[in-house]
Amino acid sequence: MLYKVVKRSEITQGKSFGIRTAAIILALLTSAVFIMILNLNPLEVYASLIKGAFGSNYRIKQTIITAIPLVITSLGIAIAFKMKFWNIGGEGQIMMGAFAASFFALRYPDLPKPILLSLMMIAGMVAGGLWALIPAFFKAQWETNETIITLMMNYIAIKWVTYLQYGPWRDKGALGFPKIPNFSDNAILPNFLGIHIGWIFALILIIVVYIFMKHSKLGYEIAVLGESENTARYAGINVKRTIIIALLISGGLCGLAGMIQASAVSNTLNVEVSGGVGFTAIITTWLASLSAPFILLASILFAALIQGGSFIQTAFGIPAAAAMILEGMILFFVLGSEFFIKYKLTKNGSAKSAAGKGEI
Amino acid sequence: MTYISMVNITKTFGKVTANKDINLSVDKGEIHALLGENGAGKSTLMNMLSGIYFPDSGSIFINQTEVKFNSPKDSIQAGIGMIHQHFKLVEVLSAQENIILGQQMGFFLNKKAIRNKILEIAQKFQLDIDLGKKVYEMSVGEKQNLEILKVLYRGAKILILDEPTAVLTPQETAKLFKIMRRMKEEGCAVIFISHKMNEVMEISDKITVLHKGQTVATLEKNMTNPQELTELMVGHPVDLSIKRLDRQRDTITLKVRDLKVENNEGIEVLKGLNFDLYAGEILSIAGIAGSGQKELCEAIAGLYPIKSGQILFKEENLVGKNPKEIIAKGVSMSFIPEDRLGMGLVAAMGIVDNVLLKQYQKEKGFFVDRKPAVLKAKEIIKKLDVQTPGIYHPIRDLSGGNIQKVLLGRELDTNPELLITAYPVRGLDINTCHKIYDLLNEEKQKGVAILYIAEDLDSLIALSDRILVLSNGEITGVVDARKATKEQIGLMMLGEKIKETEGAYAV
Repeated sequence: MLYKVVKRSEITQGKSFGIRTAAIILALLTSAVFIMILNLNPLEVYASLIKGAFGSNYRIKQTIITAIPLVITSLGIAIAFKMKFWNIGGEGQIMMGAFAASFFALRYPDLPKPILLSLMMIAGMVAGGLWALIPAFFKAQWETNETIITLMMNYIAIKWVTYLQYGPWRDKGALGFPKIPNFSDNAILPNFLGIHIGWIFALILIIVVYIFMKHSKLGYEIAVLGESENTARYAGINVKRTIIIALLISGGLCGLAGMIQASAVSNTLNVEVSGGVGFTAIITTWLASLSAPFILLASILFAALIQGGSFIQTAFGIPAAAAMILEGMILFFVLGSEFFIKYKLTKNGSAKSAAGKGEI
Repeated sequence: MTYISMVNITKTFGKVTANKDINLSVDKGEIHALLGENGAGKSTLMNMLSGIYFPDSGSIFINQTEVKFNSPKDSIQAGIGMIHQHFKLVEVLSAQENIILGQQMGFFLNKKAIRNKILEIAQKFQLDIDLGKKVYEMSVGEKQNLEILKVLYRGAKILILDEPTAVLTPQETAKLFKIMRRMKEEGCAVIFISHKMNEVMEISDKITVLHKGQTVATLEKNMTNPQELTELMVGHPVDLSIKRLDRQRDTITLKVRDLKVENNEGIEVLKGLNFDLYAGEILSIAGIAGSGQKELCEAIAGLYPIKSGQILFKEENLVGKNPKEIIAKGVSMSFIPEDRLGMGLVAAMGIVDNVLLKQYQKEKGFFVDRKPAVLKAKEIIKKLDVQTPGIYHPIRDLSGGNIQKVLLGRELDTNPELLITAYPVRGLDINTCHKIYDLLNEEKQKGVAILYIAEDLDSLIALSDRILVLSNGEITGVVDARKATKEQIGLMMLGEKIKETEGAYAV
């Protein structure tokens, strides 16, 4: 063997982001082969992918609008992931946030705009937080597996909204079409610089979450707990309380994303409100190695991919599934690149090989 | 006949020279001890022999033939088997499954034939092992036997044991030595890395001393003595005696009354303990591993549920208080477990964030202030001579001794009134051990009450004021360390109760 695998002793955040970016490039190359099989020119396809995402003012706005919920949800998920609490339930927490916000939007449509919007935001965060609290409580109390419970609770939330849409909340004026009535103007987030103000929330939250994770006591406790529960107990950290508060924040952020989507994007509640953001955010969070600033980069990248992907569908007449292959390919390569973050290849017998762990 | 010889081996890591022109030769049927301080280059040298590292220069000969190992596989093929400090076993698999794991064989397993072959080897070397037993059910000694059997099954004729006794009880150590002697009789070569002078003197034929990455000397066991070896190892004359400070006993810091705790299977692991600990006293706890030492430490620190009884710290009952409150009252607990990291430290964090662990709760407000922790971290590094690339470097990458210094340094820094420290010198070299004894004496001088748990009876007797012996969750006696003998304590460790020793059991 010419090369051997050596465990890395440590890796900087910048370097791991670099490895992940390289994985994305490899994914693009591999997808190019697939595109060629479809008898298309990959360069052209990628060019229009970029054009679709950033080609005009309108498209840039659309990409940013897509990125907003991704950023906020990723921030929420990152807090849970830092604690090694695998919150796969972003989707459901978004749904429940959207549901609670819609409740106020539909019931009090005539409240003054600032009051109604504030109410909706609080309701969205509380509902998302409570939805995440359920698996957190089970985990804290009985050490249940949070992955399964958060995942399953997604479907409960989605089916609950479906029920509302087809049942009690159905718009009677929609000529039998199963939809929930649109919100009043007072329940819709205003625009700023041509895009709904969710983008300002997203930017502020990046800074807030960054400071929270790096400099707050609770953020430190979450990190310690993520590394070792025994150490956390030893240091006097209240483990149950920390799990519960972290998940309230995590779910609360997802719930806020739900409120923003319902209010500013759908202008109503429907089952498409979450639109897979809860799952995509898992990818972006991982891609950003749980770091708030990198979450912004990763979210914009994925938003561009989603927007550009839907553009090439129409431009080249390829099915939606084909565009999704690119997304899947990126996920595959990024997860695969984890190996290179933990290990590196060194030339056999080279002087600097294995300069790693252990007693010197 | 020379079996292995390593000639002029040099290995550098970046700017650090770990091994410089090292020579080592081991004969067939020889037990060769490799002695050196933490960081002297013992592990690096052995890692080259087992194919994990590749030397920058120098050659390795096995049976007079030069060999080049590119991977551990090559080394195994050459008949070398290394038993690492941390066992490399799959917990959920049985002994037999662990042995055959990763072996090249056909698609179907002939379990019976394999089993017979394993049993044959086990019998030959008198290894006592239940092949069907799962690893997670095994004691540390059993796991080690399994590791040895594993490398023997793979055809090892040269066995490298990296600090094998660091995790063993005296009884298990005796068993291990029996196996090592058996291997010697079979003509195998055994390389034995250890810090423990008495063990080296007991088992080895020849001793090679390393100091700062260089060979200092290779000596016949019969031609040398512990004093000489220690001086070679440390590089300067040392005083091997441990000082005991005499201090007047006055106030009682800790009173334990009828303390009973149960483990999660409902078995009583502490069966009604009663003892007092005075300010400025070192009270040691001796006992076979698993006699309740860990549970006692954790019970005092508020980490273990207490069934009944009282723990009075300066007349205030700690039972029912949470760890945070107990820390705030001035109780420090540090337990160095077998894997050395355990519960006191966060492996992925740097020294600063680990120092912060015991500090941040004292700070007011929502945010943590790392500035004091940075200063403390630098102070600890300087005071205890911690080798680290930087204060933010994950402590996972430090050697065991340095990790222990960080833990102890932090705990002492909290200025506790009660210091509980379990196995603080586990696996450390003599120099560092003495540094830690000095630190404990310093705390004692300040009037800190110290509960000291350790395995090495010699140092226990030399350092402490009184020794409390635990056996199977019960106190079999408290003796005055000035009058105690190893034999007496050994018997008590095995459960023999003594009549009150004069002046010692002061309740």
